[in-house]
Amino acid sequence: MPEGFILQRLLTRMSVLYAVFVRLFAQILQFLLLKNHVKKDVNEMKTENNRTVLTGTHFMNGDIACAEGALAAGCKFFAGYPITPATEIAEHLSKRMPEVGGIYIQMEDEIGSIAAVIGASYTGLKAMTATSGPGFSLMQENIGLAVMTEAPCVIVDIMRGGPSTGQPTLPGQQDIMQAKWGSHGDYEIIALAPSSVQEMFDLTIEAFNLSETYRVPTMVLADEVVGHMWEKVVIPPAEKIRIVNRKKPNTSPEKYLPYMPDDDLVPPMACFGEGFSFHATGLTHDEHGYPKTSSSGVQQKLVKRLCEKIRKNADKIVKVREFMVDDAEVIVVAYGIVARAALSAVKEARKTGIKAGLLRPITIWPFPEKLIAKIAEQAKKIVVPEMNCGQLVREVERNVQGTSVVFLSKLGEDPHTPMEILEAIRRNC
Amino acid sequence: MVAEISHPLSKYLREAMMPHIWCSGCGNGIILNCFVQAVDELQIDLKKLVVVSGIGCIGRAAGYINTDSFHTTHGRPIAFATGVKLANPDLEVVVISGDGDLFAIGGNHFIHAARRNIGIKVICANNFNYGMTGGQQGPTTLLEAFTTTTPYGNIEHPFNLVHLAAASGATYVARWTTLHVRRLTQSIKKMLQKEGFNFIEVVSPCPEIFGRRNRMRTGLQMMEWFKKASIIEHFSDPAKADITPERIVVGEFVDIEKPCYEKLLYDKMAQILT
Repeated sequence: MPEGFILQRLLTRMSVLYAVFVRLFAQILQFLLLKNHVKKDVNEMKTENNRTVLTGTHFMNGDIACAEGALAAGCKFFAGYPITPATEIAEHLSKRMPEVGGIYIQMEDEIGSIAAVIGASYTGLKAMTATSGPGFSLMQENIGLAVMTEAPCVIVDIMRGGPSTGQPTLPGQQDIMQAKWGSHGDYEIIALAPSSVQEMFDLTIEAFNLSETYRVPTMVLADEVVGHMWEKVVIPPAEKIRIVNRKKPNTSPEKYLPYMPDDDLVPPMACFGEGFSFHATGLTHDEHGYPKTSSSGVQQKLVKRLCEKIRKNADKIVKVREFMVDDAEVIVVAYGIVARAALSAVKEARKTGIKAGLLRPITIWPFPEKLIAKIAEQAKKIVVPEMNCGQLVREVERNVQGTSVVFLSKLGEDPHTPMEILEAIRRNC
Repeated sequence: MVAEISHPLSKYLREAMMPHIWCSGCGNGIILNCFVQAVDELQIDLKKLVVVSGIGCIGRAAGYINTDSFHTTHGRPIAFATGVKLANPDLEVVVISGDGDLFAIGGNHFIHAARRNIGIKVICANNFNYGMTGGQQGPTTLLEAFTTTTPYGNIEHPFNLVHLAAASGATYVARWTTLHVRRLTQSIKKMLQKEGFNFIEVVSPCPEIFGRRNRMRTGLQMMEWFKKASIIEHFSDPAKADITPERIVVGEFVDIEKPCYEKLLYDKMAQILT
């Protein structure tokens, strides 16, 4: 054996030993440094690192794109409970959150999940949970708490077939009304409906931005197909992503009124641990946050503001996509995965000379009332395909006076095919 | 002119929230007093203290204490506090709530937070019934006790809260009555200085709602019951500490060391990031 070879092996072994030693030393040092300073490394970890936004072109499913969108939006807290078809969001975030210095916790149920999310939000972190129908039902009471205490948070609902346990592995659009009306009392929330994997990424970011802007729980209402479908996703560079953070108070703790709104009807938000020593409650409360349960004046002022901060800003919030609507006589109103089949159907109809168009609400709540009313003036018929027994179609009907609305229900199987929607267009042109 | 004298602990209270809603003879004021006394003696930075409560009479305590505070939905203070503690482990997070809130509707959150050993300190006011709604049977109502929903006497076996807490994994478990003011204050101080999920049950008089249906019409009569029935037995078997009309075992039941959840979590995160 040549001497050079022996020397080389010896050196290799020594370098391995050296590496082991260095690592061990680093770990001991880290242990000693971090032992009594839990918060210190939290702060260090919470600084942005290059794993937060995975800039580039990826092939992923909708659930994972949603999780990545949350991270890109600055989400640093996820609490959830396993449920088909949303589980992949939790699984992915259990791996990714520690990489970006964020918190992942699996709670004992969905009630606890949303409660922990509100707690983390009040402690200054952008926070999210993800679930499906049954879990979404369990969350409703605390969604009301988030509305009442104006806690910014994102709730992802990957809709499956219901009621009850229903069809865990099949798509549905049956939680549309639950998203708006599920909790008791009067309130407004924001809900977005993605129809592609790319939109799962984009709209999750948008959901965080809206939630932080208006201090309102914001929902991503996707369906099982969008959640489980694999598609190309382009994640832009971090600096190209628009991020909105909640307004902070610029007053002293002594003068801070936690529920005194600015002109946009949204109060600036202090967080626990910042020295403002404020109280939050689900009870009807005044600007101080103090309970005022027998005052009709306080109740009216508070609840009306909670509704109006969304209603009066609806024009800024609402987004739709239109396709060949301008001269259309038959307009399909569809959202989520169904809108993809509707787009194909409209294109096919146009090939045969039918003046068809598509209006796709991206914002489900607040409902795009004005836009629907506008298209109803020109359209002879409006076709609404949904994977339910008729939910958003009621909102469409409410806003179109005189124009007839055709509802196309589909339940318990794959979403509408383009042919099925095309048939409906043909029948109604 | 007499100079205005304020109570030495009044800085811990939100005076704008006074008068409080509690009945005369209620033990909640004693519990609140012991808590702020403990906070004062430990000189805890109020800016780093968060008090969370659920729904019920004692649930209003969060609003009365002059710190960051949150009055959550019924049964959910521990789940809410979990989010607070993990988002900022430097905060001292205390849950003050009642037996119905923590052990009926919120029982699941209690046992799982104890299992995780997350650093939340829980003080439970046990008044044997649902006071705020007018005195219904609850998870701690004693056998044969009368409430508005057990007009013929209660047939449900009550929870032994210290046994439940110990079995679920809490690292500090104690029980006192509102008669044991000094011991309770010391116990709260100990709990606040200790890592992990810690629990104190405070047996509390509810003469207006519970007592008057059970031959204890005044706060004094209820306190006399506590005095007669309570026995201090430190580190006795919590499984044998069921509360009965004849016997209320009080004292510390558990005081053990176990790594807390937030420490394990952040250690794991540090490992992953290096």
